[in-house]
Amino acid sequence: METIVVIDNVKKFFNVTKGLFKKHLYQIRAVDGVSFEIKRGETFGLVGESGSGKTTVARLVMRLTDPTENTIFFKGKDIFKAKGKELKDIRRRMSMVFQDPAASLNPRATILDSIKRPLEIYGYKKSEIKAIVEDTIEKVALGKELLNRYPHQLSGGQQQRASIARALVLKPEFMVLDEPTSALDVSVQAQILNILLEIQERYNLTYLFITHNLSVVRYVSDRIGVMYLGKIVEIAQVDEIYSSPLHPYTAGLLSSAPSLSPRGRSRKKLLLSGDPPSLINPPPGCRLYPRCPYAEKICREEIPELREVKTDHFVACHRAGELDFSGIVRW
Amino acid sequence: MEDALLSVKNLSVVFKTTSGTVQAVDDVSFDVKEGEIFALVGESGCGKSTTAMSIMRLVPKNCTITGGQIIFRGKDLVKLKEKEMSSVRGKEIGMIFQNPLDSLNPVYPVGIQVSEAVLLDRVPRDEAWKKVVEIFKDVKIPDPAERVRSYPHELSGGMRQRVMIAMMLSRNPKLLIADEPTTALDVTIQAQILEIIKDLKDTFGTSILVITHDFGIVAELADRVAVMYAGKIVEIGSVLQIFEKPRHPYTQLLMEALPKITKKQGRLKTIPGSVPNLYELPAGCSFHPRCPKSMEICSKIAPQLKKAGEGHFFLCHREG
Amino acid sequence: MGAKFDVKVLTRNKVFLAGLIILFTVAVVAVFADAIAPHPYDEMNVSLALRAPQPQFPFGTDQYGRCVFSRVIYGTRIALGVGLVVVLVESLIGVTLGLLAGYYGKKFDKIVMFVTDLTWALPPLVMALAIVTMLGPSLINVVIAIAAVSWAQFARIVRAKTQALKNMPFVEAARAFGEGDLNIILRYILPNVLSPIIVLSTLSLPQAILSTTSLGFLGLGAQPPSPDWGLILSEGKNYIRQAPWISIFPGIALVYTVLGFNLLGEGLREILDPRLKL
Repeated sequence: METIVVIDNVKKFFNVTKGLFKKHLYQIRAVDGVSFEIKRGETFGLVGESGSGKTTVARLVMRLTDPTENTIFFKGKDIFKAKGKELKDIRRRMSMVFQDPAASLNPRATILDSIKRPLEIYGYKKSEIKAIVEDTIEKVALGKELLNRYPHQLSGGQQQRASIARALVLKPEFMVLDEPTSALDVSVQAQILNILLEIQERYNLTYLFITHNLSVVRYVSDRIGVMYLGKIVEIAQVDEIYSSPLHPYTAGLLSSAPSLSPRGRSRKKLLLSGDPPSLINPPPGCRLYPRCPYAEKICREEIPELREVKTDHFVACHRAGELDFSGIVRW
Repeated sequence: MEDALLSVKNLSVVFKTTSGTVQAVDDVSFDVKEGEIFALVGESGCGKSTTAMSIMRLVPKNCTITGGQIIFRGKDLVKLKEKEMSSVRGKEIGMIFQNPLDSLNPVYPVGIQVSEAVLLDRVPRDEAWKKVVEIFKDVKIPDPAERVRSYPHELSGGMRQRVMIAMMLSRNPKLLIADEPTTALDVTIQAQILEIIKDLKDTFGTSILVITHDFGIVAELADRVAVMYAGKIVEIGSVLQIFEKPRHPYTQLLMEALPKITKKQGRLKTIPGSVPNLYELPAGCSFHPRCPKSMEICSKIAPQLKKAGEGHFFLCHREG
Repeated sequence: MGAKFDVKVLTRNKVFLAGLIILFTVAVVAVFADAIAPHPYDEMNVSLALRAPQPQFPFGTDQYGRCVFSRVIYGTRIALGVGLVVVLVESLIGVTLGLLAGYYGKKFDKIVMFVTDLTWALPPLVMALAIVTMLGPSLINVVIAIAAVSWAQFARIVRAKTQALKNMPFVEAARAFGEGDLNIILRYILPNVLSPIIVLSTLSLPQAILSTTSLGFLGLGAQPPSPDWGLILSEGKNYIRQAPWISIFPGIALVYTVLGFNLLGEGLREILDPRLKL
């Protein structure tokens, strides 16, 4: 399968300064050396809690912010070196759907204006625009009568459909979905997830799906990357990661997530104690070590590298392979 | 199960806004028994939070309780004078919220704030302080003797929620109302807080009323559940009844519309449409426009609660 | 967001309605000054000097025998005209700088904000005085002087709003599908900062009118025989004991107009953006 996106050890640090003369206070290492590849047609799920850096990765992939070090390739092109026509060409081939549907649409523009705007930028003719918009809103099941309304007159689900329609009109190859259903009611969530899966099939779209919801990401993803404090700790096929996680953080995350089965309550859990440490002074060595029940001396001293422990299963843990979570994970 | 500690009977609550009058809670009845965890679950605007706030009598000014009773330990809270009610709040019924930062004073150390609650019971100061450290231990705050000196902003979201639980616990209430207690927290922290809430029930016998939109939390925590939709309870029963044998079409559909963490599944079933606007509720059963099983009668006459099993009721014209 | 200019919503707000009625009368007077005024504003008749109000001269006459009523009526045109031009100029400067500083940030933002703070720190009337003294007294120079000292509040508010808006998902989405910077500013940011701009403009108008009048009073604005209210007040001050009407009536006209704009602005603020703090 063709690789469409390559994220190559990308880093993003934020400097926190103070005062007129920019006294350097500290540095937040939001994304600290993240590498993974996304193949054409797949959904890569990026999972993490708040502060893990997953949204910063999304913004980097969309070139909404510049990396501090290293870069990202889209179809072989360095997206941060692209300029002018080349950049525009990259931009039309990828798009993004955001978490907050109400804030994703210009409050002063009608739904129609928002959806057709990308087409205007790329010089489509009026007649073409009309046909494409009509076709697209049908694909996302957005009623035609909503086109002349303003965003605040729509429900959250309808706003999110409009956002998806806007992301879709240019027929992109790759879409970044940043928590697209977490602001929605549960009865609406399934509608949006199914629409995303349908359009993916129809247009052979590639997704980077970012979420903190472990049930949703299992439903949509082919492969999953788990992030913790700016680093990827584990990457594997979806079933592999849910059935035999190798990283203690993944196991802790999976066992912490509530299931929809009251009988599963009595399961043995791996509860990670304490809070994630601050990104300002991350612990040396493995970033999980203060919370990890399996930590040893080496975990405190050396940063574990992401390595392939099984075929296509990458883990950043010194003890990967020796730990057994089968009694903890229930599926 | 023992007797009801709290018994909400036919509660109706109305909101008045510039755009009209809205029936936020419509003829809601349920019991919270001694030592159980009862969950009110539903989507946005279903009336679950308004119900909780009505029990505390903390509803906003434009909101009135128009009918029903809230019997708590023999008293009808609806009829209590404000002064009597304020002695029930905190002392007999404690409450924690989604965002603990809103409820903590930023300029005092958290230990002081919890000790204020303890001092209300007229204990000497040094004893109160000892008790605070003790309670901090109960809610599993690490280094309790140190943490009592922290200011709210120095604590993480999970720690703040523990402080809120500690503050509530210091008065030793019979009932705890937890309104979306873990919604703002990460999964690993949520699991810790849920454990603490379970511990409260097991160790202190506190009854707990959980308000949430997350069915996962209900499955994890509750003994009994009421599912709310558009101001009404549409189904009520034990957690196993609701999750394994749901009878109301809404509950049934929700169970199938939720992605499961336990397996990779085929296409999810969906519920068409969206949560109704309370200003223009459909006639008859509020769910009928979205219901695949709706019949002619559903659009005309509001259904009555039907018994499905021991303590299991649902609001539908169909047999489920 | 997305407030509708619904007649019902507007008229329900009593403050707005009161302001609107006052300003409507002021506007009618300005437009139909020729029909309302019984005399030309510069018609002198020394034999009729310093007459008290009477049917022929409702507001009395000044030291040259000019009809104060007619002068106040014509003065409405100057007050409104100069006020509008000043606000137009200062909002153009302030909004442009605010948008650019807020959107691009970095060095440019630093410079703009430094100048804004500097302008903010100087007493506006003293600054305007200095500028007019430098450029020479005339109405045009008054416009330049007042605009030069009062664009800062527009720049500040627009910059703060722009900074908040540029990180909103709908703006990020636009950047993601390749919208250019200029289009982002004009299509996505500007329409969403319009409400505070409108409110601030209505609230700046009375300030501009007051400043014009003050400069006129000091003899630095409109020159005789212009019926500028400030000028009339200034000429009347020498006769305040014998002929108080010369000063009282333009004073009332000034208060009336300024009150109208303040009420209108306050009402608009409540309607458009109740949370907006200026």
